[in-house]
Amino acid sequence: MPKDHGIGASSKRREDVRFLTGKGVYTDDLALHGQTYAVFVRSTVAHGRIKAINTANAAAMPGVLAVFTGEDFKDVGGNPAGWLINSRDGTPMREPKRPVLAHGKVRHVGDAYAAVVAETYNQAKDAAQQLADDTDIEELPAIIDMKAAAADASNRVHDEIPDNLCFDWGWIEDNRATVEEVFRTAPHVTTLELVNNRLVPNAMEPRASIGEYFPGTGDYKLTTTSQNPHLTRLLVAAFVMGIPENKLTVVAPDVGGGFGSKIYHYGEEALVLAAAKKLARPVRWTAERSESFLSDAHGRDHVTKIELACEKDGTFLAFRTETYANVGAYLSNFSTATPTFLHGTLMAGPYKVPNVYVNVKTVFTNTAPVDAYRGAGRPEATFSLERVIDKMCRELGLDAFEVRRKNFLTPDQFPYTTPVGLVYDTGNYQATLEKAIEMADVAGFGARVAASKARGKLRGLGLSTWIEACGIAPSHLVGVLGSRVGLYDAATVRVNATGNISVMVGAHSHGQGHETVFAQIVAEKLGIPESSVEIVHGDTSKIPFGMGSYGSRSLAVCGTAMTKAVDKIVAKGKKIAAHMLEASEGDITFEDGKFSVAGTDKAKTFGEIAFSAYVPHNYPLETLEPGLEETAFYDPANFTYPAGAYLCEVEVDEGTGKVDVVAFHCADDFGNVMNPMIVEGQVHGGVGQGIGQALCESTTYDETGQLLTGSYMDYAMPRADDVPFYNVDYSCQTPCTHNPLGVKGCGEAGAIGSPPAVVNAVIDALHRGGHTHVTHIDMPVSPNRVWQAING
Amino acid sequence: MHNFDFVKPASLDEAVKALSAEGAQALSGGQTLMPTMKQRLAAPDVLVSLTGIAALKGVSGRAGASVTVGAATPHAVVAAEARAFYPALAALAGGIGDPAVRNRGTIGGSLANNDPAACYPAAVLASGATITTSRRDIAADDYFQGLFSTALEEGEIITGVTFPIPQKAAYVKFNQPASRFALTGVFVAKYADGVRVAVTGASNNGVFRWSDAEAALSADFSAGALAGLTVDDSEMIADLHGSAAYRANLVKVLTGRAVAAA
Ligand SMILES: Cc1cc2nc3c(=O)[nH]c(=O)nc-3n(C[C@H](O)[C@H](O)[C@H](O)COP(=O)(O)OP(=O)(O)OC[C@H]3O[C@@H](n4cnc5c(N)ncnc54)[C@H](O)[C@@H]3O)c2cc1C
Repeated sequence: MPKDHGIGASSKRREDVRFLTGKGVYTDDLALHGQTYAVFVRSTVAHGRIKAINTANAAAMPGVLAVFTGEDFKDVGGNPAGWLINSRDGTPMREPKRPVLAHGKVRHVGDAYAAVVAETYNQAKDAAQQLADDTDIEELPAIIDMKAAAADASNRVHDEIPDNLCFDWGWIEDNRATVEEVFRTAPHVTTLELVNNRLVPNAMEPRASIGEYFPGTGDYKLTTTSQNPHLTRLLVAAFVMGIPENKLTVVAPDVGGGFGSKIYHYGEEALVLAAAKKLARPVRWTAERSESFLSDAHGRDHVTKIELACEKDGTFLAFRTETYANVGAYLSNFSTATPTFLHGTLMAGPYKVPNVYVNVKTVFTNTAPVDAYRGAGRPEATFSLERVIDKMCRELGLDAFEVRRKNFLTPDQFPYTTPVGLVYDTGNYQATLEKAIEMADVAGFGARVAASKARGKLRGLGLSTWIEACGIAPSHLVGVLGSRVGLYDAATVRVNATGNISVMVGAHSHGQGHETVFAQIVAEKLGIPESSVEIVHGDTSKIPFGMGSYGSRSLAVCGTAMTKAVDKIVAKGKKIAAHMLEASEGDITFEDGKFSVAGTDKAKTFGEIAFSAYVPHNYPLETLEPGLEETAFYDPANFTYPAGAYLCEVEVDEGTGKVDVVAFHCADDFGNVMNPMIVEGQVHGGVGQGIGQALCESTTYDETGQLLTGSYMDYAMPRADDVPFYNVDYSCQTPCTHNPLGVKGCGEAGAIGSPPAVVNAVIDALHRGGHTHVTHIDMPVSPNRVWQAING
Repeated sequence: MHNFDFVKPASLDEAVKALSAEGAQALSGGQTLMPTMKQRLAAPDVLVSLTGIAALKGVSGRAGASVTVGAATPHAVVAAEARAFYPALAALAGGIGDPAVRNRGTIGGSLANNDPAACYPAAVLASGATITTSRRDIAADDYFQGLFSTALEEGEIITGVTFPIPQKAAYVKFNQPASRFALTGVFVAKYADGVRVAVTGASNNGVFRWSDAEAALSADFSAGALAGLTVDDSEMIADLHGSAAYRANLVKVLTGRAVAAA
């Protein structure tokens, strides 16, 4: 019987009741007395010098309360980059200031250079249009192509950065010479140039922020669409606005998806706070969908050359990459970590390859900022590796499964130090591969190829064996790697007098289901019903601290902090029980919600202990404080390393080039699984996004920097009929060795592992159809591109 | 969106009168006009809704002869009610957009707008249908005049469309991956006096008849009859979703599939 309660049960997502019945409360749902509306004036050119902004006409329009330009914020701080990366020559990265509103220059289409606040939204829109008409911007040549940008010193995104280069990073620089030597002598080298396509995050809920200021106390409140309200508070307060942290509350209520784009602090948040102070009225802003396309931090956007050196039998000798990574016009908070430490460190994959060297040149362009997007760096690493391995197998006529088996690390090799600086704690890559082969009925593939052929379609099978580093935390490690913050997390477990429990967690749920899973864990540990546990998140005034949710870290890091706080509750409960039961503390056991004296039938329930803690009539007050509330911070020893094997089957229509994903099999190792249903849901969502990247989604700027795919008329999101019924398995489990729950994280896996499986399957189908000249097709593998590849 | 007045007349005469006012514009299903207004790309002073006029709504016909669709009839109603008369037309209507679009969007709005990637123009042109307006009847061959441009005059309201029913017909649409309008769509209709082939989504000049295919198919109504034909790509649309050569290829591939499906 599967469990129906606690750890390991597929408890129904309690948050879905409000989400699915329209009772969620999102930022834009809040209506505040006296509220006003902000509308941003955004650049329509990719690159330009602001000559003059005449605010007088706009300011005089009906209902207009205030007009802001970059001039108003020139003395406040910039929105900082969270990681310092050094170039190969040891020089620190270039960090141009990212102002609240563009000042002097506009640097991408959608760059906000002014804002209008008015009594109504329409009045603000009208005035924003007027302000745009009254602005004189001298258009400059747009810098769009990364390689051209790095080669041309005359045209600069930031006047002070001559080659538009943020940094030129080598990982690990000491490996470089050895790797070059291996390539000189290797029996076989496979080279592949590829693009990891830029993606627009497209959260269902657009970004929205409300600023409030309370003149009586001088307090500020920011209600905003954030994945990490504490980090936003830190950035707005300490770096940008100079507000003391204890004078600013940041609340992220229900948030409709983020996928990374809502990790970061954005200028709109600072603007609504500044405006709220100026007007002493609430100021609200909600992005229109076209604003989201232009101004949310985008994802991916790498141009990579990867080389694989190997023996003729497919034994890997070395990987070497050269990547151009687009950061867009400004550095966003994680944008320097994403192409480096979330990417280069994964370039050994799950393989025992002795030599790896990664070079990343990060380039400023006149495009929207690029930052972490579901998977963040690890999908780029996985795609490069799994595609070049697939190409090598074709070149040498080797079996893709055999090559993986030959090169996998084996279970006896852990802990394993990779040549790119990580220590994998545990794993069993063979197990997930064999599982996937069984799930996909690889033995029956030939018959399916024939059946497809009879229907006029080419069928292909694609494999990807992926690994990631997640549970993004260990402060000591990320500190060495350049992080300017720590990456622990925190939780407070408050047992109320009546025995029910409020848990305040630093992780933020914007669709993941924390309210359900975290309650399952607390209920299991305390032997109480899940319904007695309430999870509170997203409010800096209620929660001790937290670094938010991204990098598949919520459970592994914050869940562990919560578990440790529960352990403290149990420890204190034992002391109270020892007193009440007149026994020594060492004799008290806690099981199934009961504190008992070992070997007797003397016991107190959890509820009785809680009551006693708050009504301490019979209580060891001399030695123990009343109350039952504990806080724990947790900073793990290492990343966690989920891994898995994905097999994708596609059918290709040669006449139109259309690819249909007809089957997708995932054998994942997430360590211990707390709620199988939610884990499956996370994999479904991640694979759906990966199929979207592989087949549909293209973010295209023309040479003048206009976003050609700025709406759903041209930006193709994957839809239900673009994806198959997923076949998901998580039974291969090697529990994480360094957190007490043994969990690894599953939020990004699908998006990391799936794109190469899809593209490998398409190439396989084309080869089976005789189109052996096609060695690669860049994502998105659209019908047009497939047809062109076949006929080109 | 800018402010506007809204009127919903119950008769065609009242609608014609309302539309003669300065800044007035017809509103049918609003699936094109409302997004345009929200983006502030259109700012009519008065919207004249056509959906309250009973005479502009519904599907009627004579089996084997013709079927008439009122201009303000939503796609979903055509998909359901035209099936008995003209299955290929009903199937086309059922493949437009999504359920929300099909329950609001109308044939009159689609034809007045004449989006180069819209589906109905292919059916109307391939069927040699007649477009009836508040002023006259217009033959399909005279109606479509290029991208977003038609024979309609200022203030003229489409009231209905009459399709002669073919012996065999099919519409095959290849979706533009993002919008799911037709990247290219081909409607093939076989009548006693010959075959008509209309192509949407592909040409810089909007919906067009592929006359070489019509001739070949009139002689031999089989996909094989197209084998020797080539499609000139010089007038084809080239954009993010398909090159001109790709669209030319689609014209031929989809025509063959439409013949096979008819
Ligand atoms: C998400 C989405 C997907 C879509 N997918 C498709 C698709 O796959 N294929 C496809 O063909 N279409 C598609 N459409 C378009 C849709 O089918 C509508 O047909 C189209 O938007 C216009 O019809 P409407 O009734 O909404 O017209 P409206 O938006 O009301 O009007 C459009 C224009 O026509 C004028 N007009 C309306 N009715 C008349 C009339 N009777 N006489 C004169 N002028 C008139 C209006 O003044 C306006 O200028 C899609 C639309 C959306 C929003």
